[in-house]
Amino acid sequence: MDGIALLTIFVLAVFVGFEVVSKVSTTLHTPLMSGANAIHGVILVGSIIVTGQTDSTVGLLLGLLSVVLATVNMVGGFVVTDRMLQMFRGRGQRPVAGPRPTPGSGPGPAPGEEGTR
Amino acid sequence: MSLLSPTWTAIGYLVAAVCFVLALKGLSSPGSARRGNQIGAAGAVLAVLVTFFSGDLRHVPLIVAAIVVGTALGVPAARRVAMTQMPQLVALFNGVGGAAAALVAALELSGAHGLPGGTSTGSASVAAAAGAFTVLVGAVSFSGSCVTFAKLQELMTTRPVTFPGGPYLFGGSLAAAVALAVAVVVDAHGTSVSPVLLLALAVVALLAGVLFVLPVGGADVPIVISLLNAFTGLTVAASGYVLDNVLLLVAGTLVGASGTILTRLMAAAMGRSLTSTLFGAFRAGTAVAAGPGEDRPVRSGSPEDVAILLGYARKVIIVPGYGLAVAQAQHTIRELADLLEARGIEVLYGIHPVAGRMPGHMNVLLAEANVPYEALKEMDEVNPSFSTTDVALVVGANDVVNPAAKTTPGAPIYGMPILEVEQAQQVVFLKRSMRPGFAGIENDLLYDPRTMLLFGDAKESLTKVVNSVKSL
Repeated sequence: MDGIALLTIFVLAVFVGFEVVSKVSTTLHTPLMSGANAIHGVILVGSIIVTGQTDSTVGLLLGLLSVVLATVNMVGGFVVTDRMLQMFRGRGQRPVAGPRPTPGSGPGPAPGEEGTR
Repeated sequence: MSLLSPTWTAIGYLVAAVCFVLALKGLSSPGSARRGNQIGAAGAVLAVLVTFFSGDLRHVPLIVAAIVVGTALGVPAARRVAMTQMPQLVALFNGVGGAAAALVAALELSGAHGLPGGTSTGSASVAAAAGAFTVLVGAVSFSGSCVTFAKLQELMTTRPVTFPGGPYLFGGSLAAAVALAVAVVVDAHGTSVSPVLLLALAVVALLAGVLFVLPVGGADVPIVISLLNAFTGLTVAASGYVLDNVLLLVAGTLVGASGTILTRLMAAAMGRSLTSTLFGAFRAGTAVAAGPGEDRPVRSGSPEDVAILLGYARKVIIVPGYGLAVAQAQHTIRELADLLEARGIEVLYGIHPVAGRMPGHMNVLLAEANVPYEALKEMDEVNPSFSTTDVALVVGANDVVNPAAKTTPGAPIYGMPILEVEQAQQVVFLKRSMRPGFAGIENDLLYDPRTMLLFGDAKESLTKVVNSVKSL
């Protein structure tokens, strides 16, 4: 893809990024930061590509290191954000999301003691 | 063995990019936040699968093994971390992401197969510049995040660390890093960049990252975490340019842009400008931090005294701070509030936007203890109520109720909006010691005659107060 096309995508993405978070309450600053943090873990895609193309041993080792680091960023980031947001359910207005299709945590209230307040 | 044609790869990446936009959108509102995060995770999984099926990759078993290792490290950390320590975990995750991006760019620059658009020297130079940027900023993000982690984990002092010549050293290291980055771009006119040059760039950038975060005071660390998060987003975007990968470009840019906005919102919530957060310590030093004499008298009370104050009040506002969270006293404070309400006392919680260690952190902690959402009042909402309040109960908070933010120009927290507990008839502080708060400044309110102090671990003190209220 040529440089101008990439530049166009970059500029448009900047505006989308500004727009989607411009009105967020302080309550959600921490989860939002954590969620955005998990999203940049998608650098894992880059780590996989670079590692998959390398032909030197040093390159392979460094590539695999970056795969591990990127995975920690991505998977850990999404899990910790989900844990944070889990705390917000069952309060005030309407509970956050009825069915919770998280494969890991299973249906129904989490195995803690807390129901819906 | 690529199963997906370039078109299907592009479509898969497009779907993933849309997922990320929807994720950020969802995370911006309480009702859809959790769903948003799940959409983001789904997008990330899709992106990784598409990558595996679309290229001629070597070493696939090793890569899969590395992903398994990364998951085995990341998931238990994310599951087990105490909610109080969550900010530093996020900082750490951000740091390793920055390191991963720097490694990706360094490998691509030093690789033998040349840069995208390698035929025309112009676009190769742009790609080399993007790669050098990724290595530089990724390394800054990594070392900076490590320092924020150390500060929040209290492995090192939370005070601003300044030393003579610090600003010059920082400026010098940054200039050296930029010069090395330029050298990388020049060197890239061959097909690949010398690894020694890349290593030098990374080392100097790591140093610059440390020097960048050291002078930031404890209370401002969350803003820096958010800023470094935006930095990492930009490095991921730049690495997308280097690899000619649109998904990385879009995802990184989204995070970079939204992270910048979020950083500014956080700084605004704390009444700080970004420049004073980052460079305040360079100018002001810690001259004001050394408070007036420590041997002024304070009025300390017993749990019974506090129980009597609370039990015969009509209106109580609880101001929870980080100390409450550290002592895991969220459940005990709720028990106390329930007891007081049973006596017909009106109980509210005044939540400062930055109570805890990050904006919104305290809401997470109290939600964990099932405190009813309606009782949590934000600062602007609760401040007018203090003048009609009998007792303001400050548990493990200090800086967010320090009147110095209004009265002492030059104090590190001057200008930060505070909870005006000094307006209440009586103020009760539950504190571990007379040690100043996270920002490291003295609180005159502690010496006020209307203030009563109850020293000790927040949870133990509260349990004693609860028992005393029961026997009133």
